[in-house]
Amino acid sequence: MRNKVVMRLIGARIGANVLLLLAISLLVFLGTELLPGNVAEIVLGQGATLEAVAGLSAAMHLNQPAALRYLIWLGGLVSGNLGQSLVNGDSVAALIASRLPNSLLLAGLTALVSVPAALALGITAAIWRGTLYDRVVSVVTIASVSVPEFLVATLAVLIFAVRLHWLPALAYFDGTDSLSGLIRVFALPVATLSFAIVAQMARMTRAALVNTLESSYVEMAVLKGTPPARVVLWHALPNAVGPIANAIALSLSFLLGGIIIVETIFDYPGLARLMVDAVSTRDMPLIQACAMLFCTFYLLLVLFADIAAILSNPRLRLR
Amino acid sequence: MNAEAAVQVADLRVTAPGLTGGQVMVVDAVSFAIGRGEVAALIGESGSGKTTIALSLMGYARGGCRISAATLRVGGTDVLGLSRRALARFRGRHVCYIAQSAAAAFNPARRIMAQVIEGALIHGLMKREAAEAKAITLFRALQLPEPERIGSRFPHQVSGGQLQRLLAAMALITDPELLILDEPTTALDVTTQIEVLRAFKRVVRERRVTALYVSHDLAVVAQIADHIIVLRNGRMQEEAATARLLAAPAHEYTASLLAAAEPALRAAPAQTARPLLEIAGIVAGYGRPGNSGLPPVPVLHGIDLAIRPGSAFGVVGESGCGKSTLARVVAGLLPPARGMIRLEGETLAGAAASRTREQLRRIQIVFQMPDTALNPARTVARIIARPLVFYHGLSGAAARQRSAELLELVHLPPSLVARYPGELSGGQKQRVNLARALAAEPSLVLCDEVTSALDTVVGAAILDLLTELREKLGLSYLFISHDLATVRALCDEVMVLYAGRSVERGSRDTLLRRPLHPYSDLLLSSVPELRPGWLETAPSAPAGIGRVVGMLDGCPFFPRCGARISDLCAQEKPPLRHLAKGAEIACHRTEEQLLSLQPDTGAAKLLPLATASTS
Repeated sequence: MRNKVVMRLIGARIGANVLLLLAISLLVFLGTELLPGNVAEIVLGQGATLEAVAGLSAAMHLNQPAALRYLIWLGGLVSGNLGQSLVNGDSVAALIASRLPNSLLLAGLTALVSVPAALALGITAAIWRGTLYDRVVSVVTIASVSVPEFLVATLAVLIFAVRLHWLPALAYFDGTDSLSGLIRVFALPVATLSFAIVAQMARMTRAALVNTLESSYVEMAVLKGTPPARVVLWHALPNAVGPIANAIALSLSFLLGGIIIVETIFDYPGLARLMVDAVSTRDMPLIQACAMLFCTFYLLLVLFADIAAILSNPRLRLR
Repeated sequence: MNAEAAVQVADLRVTAPGLTGGQVMVVDAVSFAIGRGEVAALIGESGSGKTTIALSLMGYARGGCRISAATLRVGGTDVLGLSRRALARFRGRHVCYIAQSAAAAFNPARRIMAQVIEGALIHGLMKREAAEAKAITLFRALQLPEPERIGSRFPHQVSGGQLQRLLAAMALITDPELLILDEPTTALDVTTQIEVLRAFKRVVRERRVTALYVSHDLAVVAQIADHIIVLRNGRMQEEAATARLLAAPAHEYTASLLAAAEPALRAAPAQTARPLLEIAGIVAGYGRPGNSGLPPVPVLHGIDLAIRPGSAFGVVGESGCGKSTLARVVAGLLPPARGMIRLEGETLAGAAASRTREQLRRIQIVFQMPDTALNPARTVARIIARPLVFYHGLSGAAARQRSAELLELVHLPPSLVARYPGELSGGQKQRVNLARALAAEPSLVLCDEVTSALDTVVGAAILDLLTELREKLGLSYLFISHDLATVRALCDEVMVLYAGRSVERGSRDTLLRRPLHPYSDLLLSSVPELRPGWLETAPSAPAGIGRVVGMLDGCPFFPRCGARISDLCAQEKPPLRHLAKGAEIACHRTEEQLLSLQPDTGAAKLLPLATASTS
């Protein structure tokens, strides 16, 4: 009985996300469709003959109605066939596969650094709310949220790479196995990415906790003589899991945007760079596949947050 | 002062930061003592400072308030001399607190047992196993069902009355020197209140607990306290032993509190015209209707009633009985699944959206919570002007003129028009609420628990206003309340609702006369009386209380009924009986049987004094 309710709720969330993904695929397809110019002409260049353009158009199904092309593309997407790059004819899937692990590594390391840091900051600020510590955290986090990451990245490169020569300016990952090498390569990009999202997550965590700290059961706990740290960790935190999970998911999804800038500035061979390059060469199948991938990650993050919120609520878990 | 006293307070003052920067005195020069094993009561209306005083005994002040006192000792501890850490060790160990709303005081994300024994564990008084064993003993003493297993549940899985008793177990787990009970039964239904009160009294007496009982309800306090301290605006008015204070109040404020506890019956004009509002066979509930056309969560099961012009029809019942749903159906906020609603012979559509503007105008609703019913971002002038524009097309000077008249009608000064709801008192807000309804010039006003959120004295003034408006404007009311005394004070006819069914219907006078439907009988005799010792003679609902909601074949009250006939009552719908006293009840018992089952203890017994508990 209890699991049925939760399973139904989670099932509904997953179903809604699948529908949403379908709607996004339509938008992505329409978006690239709206770009001006015939793809076959672009591929073949200015000197192409009419026959060559017509031949390639037919080969690429460009003469078919848009709806049919959408279905063909969607079918390919579902079966894992993402098509060929228009620029060099490589399989899109292979291109992505070569870059995806790099981006996942960067994002994963950033999450590994930023989530514990943000939770620690947010929770301690909530425990000592109203103190000098709380105010300092508040001012510093506001400041770091307000600075755009391209500025942070550029300044970091200027200071640590150009001036101090401590770290490399380019994050070129050459497969070094040594931990120190790994740290040297990733220190700047991870720090830049963490800069904004730690601040955002810490603020949202603090807000969610302070909100539950206003409730009657927290006052009751204080009147029982519960020490402040236990009040926050044992009484308030379990009730703030939902909002905090959402804060984490939203902040990590912010990574998806930040990663594009950071990979470009540090010349890091990741997925976002691939997408940026694809845009400049009008490599439609690659753009579409990357866009779908980014959207899927975003939806997955929000889905995990929703599931965490459902599972952490005993009123839903047990009726 | 008694050296043996468990609590000694002298010249206690609490100040709050004022809006304009200064300090406001919330509690002023309060002194009292509680002897060991004694129960003292702090009584007063909201804003009298009673909770503030109680919390200051724990060294706790809300929202930036500051406590000072010549003496503030609990057990041998000087509470104000304690450091922050020492206060944390003192709270929950030497003084424990039972809050008004157990539903809010329990952490929804933690199991009950963990919360109940938390105090004993953090103060290092005993090991987990010992604490759990002690908690189970307390659960048993407080007469909780399944004492061994109730602790493993989450707060949302037990009822409000049970949670309140679990909160008491949480407070008693450390054997405190002082127990503070802050309006612990105010949020409960009357029939539940009796049992909780009884459990509290037993535990307090058996364990010889020193207690401070905070309440606005004299009748409740009379059952449990040894002496009573009357407060008003943060000052002590009177302190006396319970029996003496009730019999011979020395202070006039105490006398006015005693008087307000017994609302006077308001005269009703008798009219025999055709009904203004008629409803028949109303079936309504929540959720999307299934194949049968019935909602999955049925609330009302075939309600009939008729309201004559200029009369007040009362609907009374405990929380969850469907009384507010009935008001929503009449207002068109909840279209019924079945049944008919007629206003002056004209059939009304189920949904408000399908009714004509004229039909909408004639039925207005006044909600329970004046705080949430008024838009906090609109001035009183705009709140009242809205229906004037909508229904009567008034604007400019005409609207201002009419607003002023309406404010006068509800006895508010015209200067109030520029204020925002946040700047008004609870009683004033409810009057604005009423003025907004009257602006439409309705013939029927639906009053949903309109006095429940107000203090007794303020609520009584609203009842007077409703009576006056009825005479002046010829209004009719559908008056909904959980409080029998209030319903009887205002209404000509009363319907007692149980689990969405009418169990008894008649004139208000018949509600005083036996025989009554067994549920009306229980409800009526559960209202606390203003005499010590009432609790011991009060009725007790049979064990196994469970609210039956939903479709069933038999009588919904059957599981709790003291006069039930096994099998028959469970399986067959009770017939409608017309009693000699003029009322109509739904019961399998005949009038004679009911009479013999309900020993008539005289009319005095059947005139319980009022409580204005909020639900």
